[in-house]
Amino acid sequence: MNLIRYKSVELDKKFFLPVILIFIALASCLFAFVTLEHEGHWLTGMNNQVVWGIPHVFAIFLIVSASGILNIASISSVFGVPAYKPLSRLSGLLAIGLLIGGLMVLVLDLGRPDRLIVAMTTFNFKSIFAWNIFLYTGFLLIAVIYLWMMFEGRFNKYVTRVGMFAYGWRIILTTGTGSIFGFLVAKEAYDSAMLAPLFIAMSLLFGTAIFIQTIYYLKSSFEVIVGEIIFKRLRKLLLYFILAVLYFTILFHLTNLYATTHHDYEFFLLLSGNVYTYLFWIGQILLGTLLPLYLVSSKRFENCWNTLLLSSFLIIFGGFIQLYVIIISGQAFPLDMFPGFIENSTFGDGEVAQYIPSIYEFMLGLGGIAIASAVFIFGILILEFVPDSLKDEHLQNK
Amino acid sequence: MKKYEIKLDRRNFLKKSTMVGLASIAPGVFFQEFAHARPLDEPASDKIRWGMLIDTNQCTEDCDACVTACNDEHGIEDFGRPATDTQWIRKLNLIDEFSGKQHSIPMMCQHCENPPCVDVCPTGASFKRADGIVLVNKHTCIGCRYCMMSCPYKARSFVHENLENQLPHAPRGKGCVESCTLCVHKIDRGDGTTACSEACQKDGHQAILFGDLNDPESEISKQLSKFGGKEIRSDLGLNTAVRYRGI
Repeated sequence: MNLIRYKSVELDKKFFLPVILIFIALASCLFAFVTLEHEGHWLTGMNNQVVWGIPHVFAIFLIVSASGILNIASISSVFGVPAYKPLSRLSGLLAIGLLIGGLMVLVLDLGRPDRLIVAMTTFNFKSIFAWNIFLYTGFLLIAVIYLWMMFEGRFNKYVTRVGMFAYGWRIILTTGTGSIFGFLVAKEAYDSAMLAPLFIAMSLLFGTAIFIQTIYYLKSSFEVIVGEIIFKRLRKLLLYFILAVLYFTILFHLTNLYATTHHDYEFFLLLSGNVYTYLFWIGQILLGTLLPLYLVSSKRFENCWNTLLLSSFLIIFGGFIQLYVIIISGQAFPLDMFPGFIENSTFGDGEVAQYIPSIYEFMLGLGGIAIASAVFIFGILILEFVPDSLKDEHLQNK
Repeated sequence: MKKYEIKLDRRNFLKKSTMVGLASIAPGVFFQEFAHARPLDEPASDKIRWGMLIDTNQCTEDCDACVTACNDEHGIEDFGRPATDTQWIRKLNLIDEFSGKQHSIPMMCQHCENPPCVDVCPTGASFKRADGIVLVNKHTCIGCRYCMMSCPYKARSFVHENLENQLPHAPRGKGCVESCTLCVHKIDRGDGTTACSEACQKDGHQAILFGDLNDPESEISKQLSKFGGKEIRSDLGLNTAVRYRGI
């Protein structure tokens, strides 16, 4: 017997602070956007060497997380684990919110955002970017249909089929996002097929971490009781995905270390002692991987919500750092056009490029998080997304 | 009085006006023939492949005539912000790590036969013309900068600033990506050279030779077959139209 009940939440003063924060973030995002459009991108830290900066870190983080967060629904409808069923609607809603947020940041950072219609109507199908436009808009459509199938009782029987399709689409979408970098043959830091599976693993990890934060928010703000089953499953899921990301990260660097042409970049990133070396070892590996790995695998914390919350926070932090390291360090590392020669020019040839992000870039990025949060809040207010209870006895197949 | 009188009967009038008419259209007809300008309604031909051969032995470190000429030709301004300022052509100094020999070379868009920038551009704004010139369509470039990520030569610049008083033959604008056009306006006009090549010749260096790579009788083809020409990052298989000699 299905005991799950869903509710929409009442608009009350609990939303005051989140709504104010969202409003401030959106207003500053709009201000940054208008300023950059009016004055030009020289106000950002981006330049002709580091052409993608903090906005792209935010955008790609949100986009891959959108794909990963829908995994929670996939576990129920594709892999047949009913314990996750009450979480499926939230998973779909968050996926839509995160994707819209990520895409918004990407569009607002364009040199000519007024030409969005050109990007939507003129395609070069050899470009993975053009493919991604279809993958992202298609994902939104599929997530909406998926939710519709979940909400409408008559269509519940189609949930598995739509879920399977969404699952396949997600894998292709994250592969496409990783391939944006993987297909860049000229840059030593990229040019690796390993980036596609790495991005898939990252999406699953970041999505799960954001989902845990969301569940905790619902638990603490809307009295949704979360039982041991959900808690333990999410904790275990986090553990598996940390290991997956760690595995692909090690493999990515090992394959680079095997190829002599990539040694210089690996030395630059792993050992040379620049900002990226510290971000990689302290931010990504120590704080973003090993510490949460310890926290979610230690018996000492196996029933502690706060530890799980801290772990997921560390993963989100580490995830940002990881994307920063991938995106920025790969561009900052100089191109080796003339192997065997020392190069220099007025255009930064042969030097590690400088990148100091500006406040405008953070404003754009935080705007994306604000949009994702706004979609989530709007969703739970108007439709029955939130499960009434996640107690063990209310879940099927304990 | 009489010597100022003009005798203009019908025969004389027709004769003179025909001569004036012929004299006025003659330069257009003959000079166009001489300069091989391409009529505007005729597409670029794939029988031609424009390219450059750079003799690094002729290029000196203290000379940047090519850079200045390019900037003047296309109205490229310096905003005093080197990291974001546009550079279509730059001087690159190279020191051989093994021998210590120094080279100074101009570096610009290499006008690849298989350009990565064209492959990655989502809207097709980056394109290659039939005669091998790689260009950016300023009407469809959305400013995503993916082409800059993909270029192995760092040949492209993003316009970070507001521009004013652009030149009619060099449409440029904030928020778009741009790079060396191989002076496409000069080629289409029939000048048969580029601003950088012209400036280099004028300075007496003769380091930049422009011409049709497909024409075996062209000077560039003759020099290439005699001395060869190195393709930068030939490992990528891009088949560049700009080749270097002496490195």
